[in-house]
Amino acid sequence: MTTNQYDAIVIGGGHNGLVAAAYLARAGKKVVVLERRHIAGGAAVTEEIFPGYKFTEFSYVVSLLRPEIIRDLELPKHGLKILPLPSTVTPMENGDYLAAWDDHNLTRREIYRHSPKDAEAYDEYARVMARAAKAIKPIINLIPPDPTSLSMRDMLGLLKVGQFAANLSEKELYAVAKLATQSAADLLEEWFETDALKGTKAASGIIGTFLGPRSPGTAYVLLHHYMGEIDGAFRAWGFAKNGSGGVSGSILSAAESLGAEIRLNASVKQVKVKNDRAVGVILENGDELQSKVVMSAADPKRTFLQFVEGKHFPDEFVTSIQNFRTRGSSGKVNIALSELPNFTALPNEPALHRGAVSISPSIDYIERAYDDAKYGQISKRPYLDMIFPSMIDPDMAPPGQHVMSCFVQYAPYDLEGGWTDATRNTLGEAVISTIEQYAPNIRRAIVGMQVISPKDIEAIAGITGGNIFHGELLLHQIFFLRPTPQWADFRTPLKGYYFGAAGAHPGGGVMGAAGMLAAKEILKNGF
Amino acid sequence: MEKLRTTPFHERTSALCQPQNWRKWAGYFAAGSYEHTLDREYWAIRNSAALIDVSPLIKYVIKGKDAAALLHRVTTRDIHKMKVGQVAYTGWCDEEGKLIDDGTVTRLEESTFRLTAAEPNLRWLTMNAVGMDVKITEVTDDVAALSFQGPNTRKVLNIVAEKPVDELKYFRMMKNKINGVEVTISRTGYTGDLGYEIWMDAKDALPIWDKLMEVGSDYGIAPVGILAMDMARVEAGLFMLDVDYTSASHAWIEPQKSSPFELGLDWTVALDKPGYFVGRRALEREKREGSTWKMMGLEVDWVGMENIFKQVGLPPQIPGMAVRGSLPIFVGNVQVGYASTSTWSPVLKKYIALAHLQKPYFEIGMDVRMEITVEHHRQHAPAKVVKLPFYEPEWKKK
Repeated sequence: MTTNQYDAIVIGGGHNGLVAAAYLARAGKKVVVLERRHIAGGAAVTEEIFPGYKFTEFSYVVSLLRPEIIRDLELPKHGLKILPLPSTVTPMENGDYLAAWDDHNLTRREIYRHSPKDAEAYDEYARVMARAAKAIKPIINLIPPDPTSLSMRDMLGLLKVGQFAANLSEKELYAVAKLATQSAADLLEEWFETDALKGTKAASGIIGTFLGPRSPGTAYVLLHHYMGEIDGAFRAWGFAKNGSGGVSGSILSAAESLGAEIRLNASVKQVKVKNDRAVGVILENGDELQSKVVMSAADPKRTFLQFVEGKHFPDEFVTSIQNFRTRGSSGKVNIALSELPNFTALPNEPALHRGAVSISPSIDYIERAYDDAKYGQISKRPYLDMIFPSMIDPDMAPPGQHVMSCFVQYAPYDLEGGWTDATRNTLGEAVISTIEQYAPNIRRAIVGMQVISPKDIEAIAGITGGNIFHGELLLHQIFFLRPTPQWADFRTPLKGYYFGAAGAHPGGGVMGAAGMLAAKEILKNGF
Repeated sequence: MEKLRTTPFHERTSALCQPQNWRKWAGYFAAGSYEHTLDREYWAIRNSAALIDVSPLIKYVIKGKDAAALLHRVTTRDIHKMKVGQVAYTGWCDEEGKLIDDGTVTRLEESTFRLTAAEPNLRWLTMNAVGMDVKITEVTDDVAALSFQGPNTRKVLNIVAEKPVDELKYFRMMKNKINGVEVTISRTGYTGDLGYEIWMDAKDALPIWDKLMEVGSDYGIAPVGILAMDMARVEAGLFMLDVDYTSASHAWIEPQKSSPFELGLDWTVALDKPGYFVGRRALEREKREGSTWKMMGLEVDWVGMENIFKQVGLPPQIPGMAVRGSLPIFVGNVQVGYASTSTWSPVLKKYIALAHLQKPYFEIGMDVRMEITVEHHRQHAPAKVVKLPFYEPEWKKK
């Protein structure tokens, strides 16, 4: 019989919870991870929804998974392989296409076809963004200092940020300041003239937000996505072997080998509080577990509004968490295919299927897709980011068969009329008919299809609002403001209760950083 | 889908390239060498006639009333002083006086120029041409180029070309015809030898190649790849973007950038020219205050190096081609610089390098040490700072 006494309890077996557990176990702590589903992984899971076809159900690419986590936890030993996803092709409405290939010169030639000026601006833009990302990156690994605090630690943290800002050239400083205030569209209009290029770049500024490319603040999100691109040898975007489930699978295996216990089907009802301190949890089935500390790797709303009674937190804190924006704006359509969609703009080109295909012909296209969502509708013509996992990892589908992952935005959480089977079908149909415009064989190739709405993300992965980042990456919700001012350092107003997930600094994207930093904070505080 | 491109000479060069050692050059395939060893190709440059396909060079035609004004503003040379038919080697800088790229400017006509560059510069040129009456066109694909280098090239061209080239002076250009086809011939090159560059319409490329090879066979002509050229250009003291310096627009950090003075291009910076040009103020300041770095020649002391190898029972082992890898340079135990390209010089029988040295170590005659690897151990070979170029035959400019 297992004892229910632990050093630390981690609520939620998503990748951040697993990372935290692995770090705590590595430090010799007795840790248990409580996962409400029958599988661990949270939003980083791979499931065989149709026999033989594996879907990387929610998250589907890796770029920001911290390399030190991979090294510290020896994840390659536990099966982690991040395979290259080298290109992006954007089919255009006029039948042509725009591509970014992995070779610099080929990409230059490709863009040159559309605009000689853009071909060079593309490189320069990438350098400016990479410099800004490089400049901001040290912050990712820094526990955010609270600028209003006078504690030694916060002062030192601020000093570090200040020092690093002082290292920026004036030009870089302006670039960063602009990025923090502009809309993605404004920024991109300054650089480029090719619509498909602007559309595709703008898309990464709206992913996971309930904003359009013309909304201020979206330029920062562009930068956030650039972070993955500057690790040099570590390299950019990738697709994990066995999908995102492969990422959490390897972390799970590492955590277990370090001695962490994982309990599946263990839904947490409440955090037990005694003498103003978290001392364990009560499960839905009535079981009670005791521990010295509890860390939540769930989203901020569950963490602070559901698991803990409001009376244990200051009112202001509760209000602030209530106001934390978690508007889900995207869905996912996973498709099992008998053949690959053949894009008329670039037919029979395997290089296309080995990379991403983006339906983002212009900024206007995406802004219009947003217009629908603003008023509670599914975008009639949504932005799509598609990959073909079976072309990257052949084990994702039976030989000769394929799977396709379509990230779709916008699909508002608060859909007018609500999410039902019928509206889910509407979303699926919007995706298929959009793809059909560019790859007419898609419909006949479908063997099976899974449509995931933000409501489904909430119901299955347990993320309130179904926001893929556990809360939008808006400027007022990042860095020392994430999830809320004064509590961005993974501690909470409740002693012994910690928070380490995408809703904490530095945010989402299968980074694992929040879980790692929270575990380090817990260990540093000692218990 | 875009593929790596081949040059207009590919039909010929691919048939001749025995080692199939293609290099990527600005999005094109370029032959590394045509033979399995570089000796014969190198000596074609220094002793007979080397035919080098340099079509991947990025080329712009700049045309219009303000063409001269634009180049005057962007580059460091006094463009207004250039006569039609004159070629000027130049760098161009950012506002901080750091080099972005380098190439040649040819005044084809009163208000038509050709600019060559290592990297695409259309955006930079366009940004500087606001309000000017000028049209900038990239002609990289449309204009094929052959670098024809070596002491016998004049003789071959005098047979091949309609007009003799005897009167064509160093860094001058002429319009001429080969096979009845119009070409421009400039007395330029990247080898420091007597040599010419022949510019032609891409569609005329093959017959011109054939004609040169046919006539040249009596004069020791050899198709030569970029590896042998790389050795010759070091001997000539000529540097290369992304090898010997980093473009100011690519650099991640300030110390990666170089000014024209630091690269020994003082003679190309016309501070006396009238009006504004990009980087002027910073360059004036550097001229006044002196540079903190300087690219110089470095000759490794053969006997000293021999002694180091002798200790492990070996004669000196150095690569038979130019090495594009940074080698630290020391005075005592203090690192005072680095060599960016080093090579064996077959004509001088010396091991030489392009060295970037900090003040005050860039004085001619300075004794320094360069890192070499001897049987997996790092050693410091004695070397001397020398003037560039290492090699300049009297016929280069005659």
